[in-house]
Amino acid sequence: MRDPQSHVMPAPAPRIEPMPVDSPLTGFRTLLYKEVLRFWKVSFQTVAAPVLNAVLYLVIFAHVLDRHVTVYGDVSYTAFLVPGLVMMSVLQNAFANSSSSLIQSKITGNIIFVLLPPLSYREFYAAYVIASTLRGLFVGAGVLLVSLPFVDLPIANPLWVLVFALMGGAILGSFGVIAGIWAEKFDQLAAFQNFFIMPLTMLSGVFYSIHSLPQIWQNVSHFNPFFFMIDGFRYGFFGQSDTSPWLSLGVVVTCFVVLAVLTLTMLGRGYKLRS
Amino acid sequence: MSTAAIRIQAVTKSYGALKALGGVDLEIAQGEFFGLLGPNGAGKTTLISSLAGIVRPDGGSLEVMGHNVVSDYRNARRNLGVVPQELVFDPFFSVRELLRIQSGYFGIRSNDDWIDEILASLDLTGKANANMRALSGGMKRRVLVAQALVHRPPVIVLDEPTAGVDVELRQGLWHFIRKLNRDGHTIVLTTHYLEEAEALCGRIAMLKSGRIVALDTTENLLRRFATHSLRVRLQQPEVGLALGGAAAEEGGWIEFGFDSYQDVESLLARLREANAGLVEMQLGAPDLERVFVEVMNRA
Repeated sequence: MRDPQSHVMPAPAPRIEPMPVDSPLTGFRTLLYKEVLRFWKVSFQTVAAPVLNAVLYLVIFAHVLDRHVTVYGDVSYTAFLVPGLVMMSVLQNAFANSSSSLIQSKITGNIIFVLLPPLSYREFYAAYVIASTLRGLFVGAGVLLVSLPFVDLPIANPLWVLVFALMGGAILGSFGVIAGIWAEKFDQLAAFQNFFIMPLTMLSGVFYSIHSLPQIWQNVSHFNPFFFMIDGFRYGFFGQSDTSPWLSLGVVVTCFVVLAVLTLTMLGRGYKLRS
Repeated sequence: MSTAAIRIQAVTKSYGALKALGGVDLEIAQGEFFGLLGPNGAGKTTLISSLAGIVRPDGGSLEVMGHNVVSDYRNARRNLGVVPQELVFDPFFSVRELLRIQSGYFGIRSNDDWIDEILASLDLTGKANANMRALSGGMKRRVLVAQALVHRPPVIVLDEPTAGVDVELRQGLWHFIRKLNRDGHTIVLTTHYLEEAEALCGRIAMLKSGRIVALDTTENLLRRFATHSLRVRLQQPEVGLALGGAAAEEGGWIEFGFDSYQDVESLLARLREANAGLVEMQLGAPDLERVFVEVMNRA
C-alpha cells in the first residue's frame, strides 16, 4: 500500500495561485442571485400560493363588507383593502424568504458553503435582505395585478408606495435573518412567525382603519410598527391615511436602522454561525 | 524561504470546560501531503474549522499562504479549499449550478473550463445537470470535493473524505488528490483509515485532547515508534512464551517484537536450541496503526 515516493519531503512544487477575482462584488452578486434563484425555482409555492391566499382574502372580505363600509369618506372598502393585502403579502413573504432559507441551510448543513468563501458579513446581510425584499415585491406585485380587475385603485403618490414597499420588505427580511439565525428547529421558527409576525401583521390595520376601533385600541396600534408600514403604504395610494405619513416614514426608517444594526452585529459576531 | 502553506501558532479553543485545542503549533510547507490524525474528539475538526474561519479561536493565530485567517480573511479563504466531513448539499440546484455558484462566491464569474475539468477528473461529467438529490452518496461526496476546488486553491483540506465511501471511489479519489499534490497543491488530510495516511502522507501530526503529541515524517514515525514483529506457531508454545513472546488472541500465535531484521536470526536460533518446533511463521513490518496506538497510549 505504501508509496515510497510520497514519503520524501516535497520537492519544490510549482507555486499554485488561486484564480483571480473578476470583481469585488461578484461574491455578493452570486449570493444574491442564488437566493433569488432559490425561491424562483419553487415559485409556485413561494409566489403563486401567497398571491392566491391574498386574493381569497380579497374576494371574501370585499364580498361581505364592500356595501357596508367606506373609509376616508368616499373610498370603497375593497379599494381600501387592496393596499393592505399587498403590503401584508410583501411583509410576510420577505420574512419567510430569509428565515426559511437560513434555517434550511443550517439544519441541512449546507450553510457551510456560504461561510467558507471570502464573503463579508455585510455582503451576507445585504444579499439575504435584498433577495427577501425582491420576493416580497414579486408577491405584492402579483396581488396588486390580480386585484386590479376587482377595483378601481388610484395611486396618488407612487414614490411613497415604492419607498414603503422597499422599507417593509427590508425590515421583514432583516427580521427573517434574525429569526433564521436564532432558531435551531423549524418549530422555533414557526413560533416566531405565528406568535410574533402574524399577530402584528393582522392587527396592523390591513383589514380596517384604526379609526373604527375604540380609542384605547387606536392607541395600542401606535405601538405596532407594522401599522405604520401599512398606513404609509396606503397613503401612497389614496393620499390619505390614519396617521401622518411622515410619522410613518420616521417609524419605518427607525425600525429598519435598528434591525439592520442588530442583524449586522449578530452576523459580525458570528452568532450561532461561527462558534 | 517560501511562505508556509499553513502556519498555526499557539491556537487555543475551549467550549465551556472542554478544552478543544490546548495551544497548537504547526507549520506545513507548500507542496506537502500532510496527515492530521487523532481519535474522535482530539480536536482535528476544530483545528480545520479554525483555519477555515468557521470556528473562532480563543487565542493564537492561523495563516494560510501567509494570510491571517481573521485580519486578512478574504485572501486566506481564497487560498483554502475545504472538503467538509458531513455529506451536505443544497437540494435546489444541479451539480453545475452549484459549482458555478460556489465559483461566484469566490469572485470568479466565468469558470466553466475549470469546472468541466474538475467534473471530468471526478467522473461527474455525466451528472453535471442532475439535481443533487438524484445523486448517490459517493457522487455527492465527489461534488463536495469539486466544490472545494472551484477556485483552484493552493491549499486543500480534506476532513475525513473517504468515511463511508466504497473502495473503488476511494481509490479514484486518492488518484485525483495525488495528482493535485503533484501539480503543487498542498494537501491536508484527516482520516481514520491509517493505512491511507501511511500510503499518502509525507508528514503526520497526531492530536490527542487538543494537543499535538507526535509530529514527524511518516518514515521517522514508523522508525521511532513501531517495531518489526515475528509471529510464530510452535509445537511447544510454552517455550516461545518463556523466551519472551506474547500470546496472540487467536490461532495459537506467539508474537515477538524486535527493532531490526538482524534480530530475527538470533531469535530463530534460540527457538531451535530450545526445541520449540517451528510450525508456521509470519514477518510483520511496522505500520502506522501500531505507531498510532503507541503514541496515544504514551501521551
